[in-house]
Amino acid sequence: MSVIKFTEDHEWLAIDGDVATCGITVYAQEQLGDVVFVDLPDVGQSFATGDEAAVVESVKAAAEVYAPIAGEIVEVNSTVAENPATVNEDAQGGGWFFKLRIADAGELDGLMDQAAYDAFVEGLE
Amino acid sequence: MPLSEDAMSDDEATLETTPLDSLHRELGAKMVPFAGYAMPVQYADGILKEHRHVRAAAGLFDVSHMGQVRIPGAGAAEALERLVPGDIQGLEAGRMRYTQFTDETAGILDDLMVTRLEDGLFLVVNAGNKAADIALLQAGMSGFEIDYQGDRTLLALQGPAAAEVLARMAPEAATMPFMSARAITVDGIEAFASRSGYTGEDGYEISCAGGDGERLARRLLAEPEVAPIGLGARDSLRLEAGLCLHGHDIDPSTTPIEAGLAWSISKRRREAGGYPGDAVVRRQLADGPPRRRVGLLPDGRQPAREHTAITDSEGIVIGEVTSGGFGPSLEGPLAMGYVAAGHTAADTEVGLVVRGKSLPARVAKMPFVPQRYYRG
Repeated sequence: MSVIKFTEDHEWLAIDGDVATCGITVYAQEQLGDVVFVDLPDVGQSFATGDEAAVVESVKAAAEVYAPIAGEIVEVNSTVAENPATVNEDAQGGGWFFKLRIADAGELDGLMDQAAYDAFVEGLE
Repeated sequence: MPLSEDAMSDDEATLETTPLDSLHRELGAKMVPFAGYAMPVQYADGILKEHRHVRAAAGLFDVSHMGQVRIPGAGAAEALERLVPGDIQGLEAGRMRYTQFTDETAGILDDLMVTRLEDGLFLVVNAGNKAADIALLQAGMSGFEIDYQGDRTLLALQGPAAAEVLARMAPEAATMPFMSARAITVDGIEAFASRSGYTGEDGYEISCAGGDGERLARRLLAEPEVAPIGLGARDSLRLEAGLCLHGHDIDPSTTPIEAGLAWSISKRRREAGGYPGDAVVRRQLADGPPRRRVGLLPDGRQPAREHTAITDSEGIVIGEVTSGGFGPSLEGPLAMGYVAAGHTAADTEVGLVVRGKSLPARVAKMPFVPQRYYRG
């Protein structure tokens, strides 16, 4: 079972060794509404923390997905590019966006765990 | 990802509500601030399903935030023509027309629907402009009573099943011609209905006393074809239908000719003028406008949003997107915007600069989805 972390920008990361699988949270997809387009990064691209790594668009709005931590893209999920509704249906599972090789594991300490994220979202309602 | 702050927040208390406010909340609407009102942007089904439902069956929209204005008096039509380029005097009683309030440069202050009544006019104007519109009417039609009916409900029933649904309760509505209006009675509720709307589908806009609004809405929603539809789908429906949204596709910096609305100005009014900006309209009709509103179809799947720069094939900026998004019935991205003269022909290849990249697109005829108005 991998460790799940969250950012205040509603990205999630599932950490497995030195690779983090990243996507947007169930709460984020609910706020965004029906997703109709996802633009993914290229494998091999490197991002600093907070860089725009992907774009997700719903009928009504476009939003950037930031790299939650620094790293290099090792895999992208072509399923969400081909069938963007997957992001709505399974945001924190099959709707992942990309996997990145973690540059600095120390960055993970600054992210929220599930309980902290739940409390954070609660505070937004 | 940063989430847009469109959710209701601290200023919720300052927002006005429509007579259907509690019904929206009961139906699971996501409420957002819009033109000073708390309005449903979507219900539980979401924008895609709501949009498709309107095209397949019938949808009910609360548009009570829009401004309903009655102007009694036999001379009201002639007087209103001093403010709009539309042919109002040419309307028979019970018929309606789309027109615009213009300024001295022919800039569009607002767009509106005008219905001729036996004893005056009935106007429906945009929510965001209604205070300014009423001030304009009061100043420009002195001697006439400008009766703003802010306490009334306005519902839109839109979609291919709308006529069958409404005729079950109000048989007199079934054969109303497109762009006509009359008094109807729905389950005992006295209403004033027009066969019009802003989705590209057949349908009605139905005005009734605010106190009857919720009961009328519930009665219509009780029919199996009818689902509640929020402002999100209203926007994607009108965009597919190629219809302008004031404040976006038309505003005081654009003229009716640039906006492709010359069809709404009759021969008599083109020639005789007599409205603000008439000289500009006449000149643009003769010489062609310097820019024109066009439809745009991006290649691929990525939407181009409002304010996206439009370039020619060389990368030179020739205009800007004014509305853009994803068309659920079109099943792809679509947009409209203004391009300079010389680039307006259908199939002209253009670029849309989205996030620093040029997205290939082409100029397209509108509507993007065929209009299906009632033609008898």
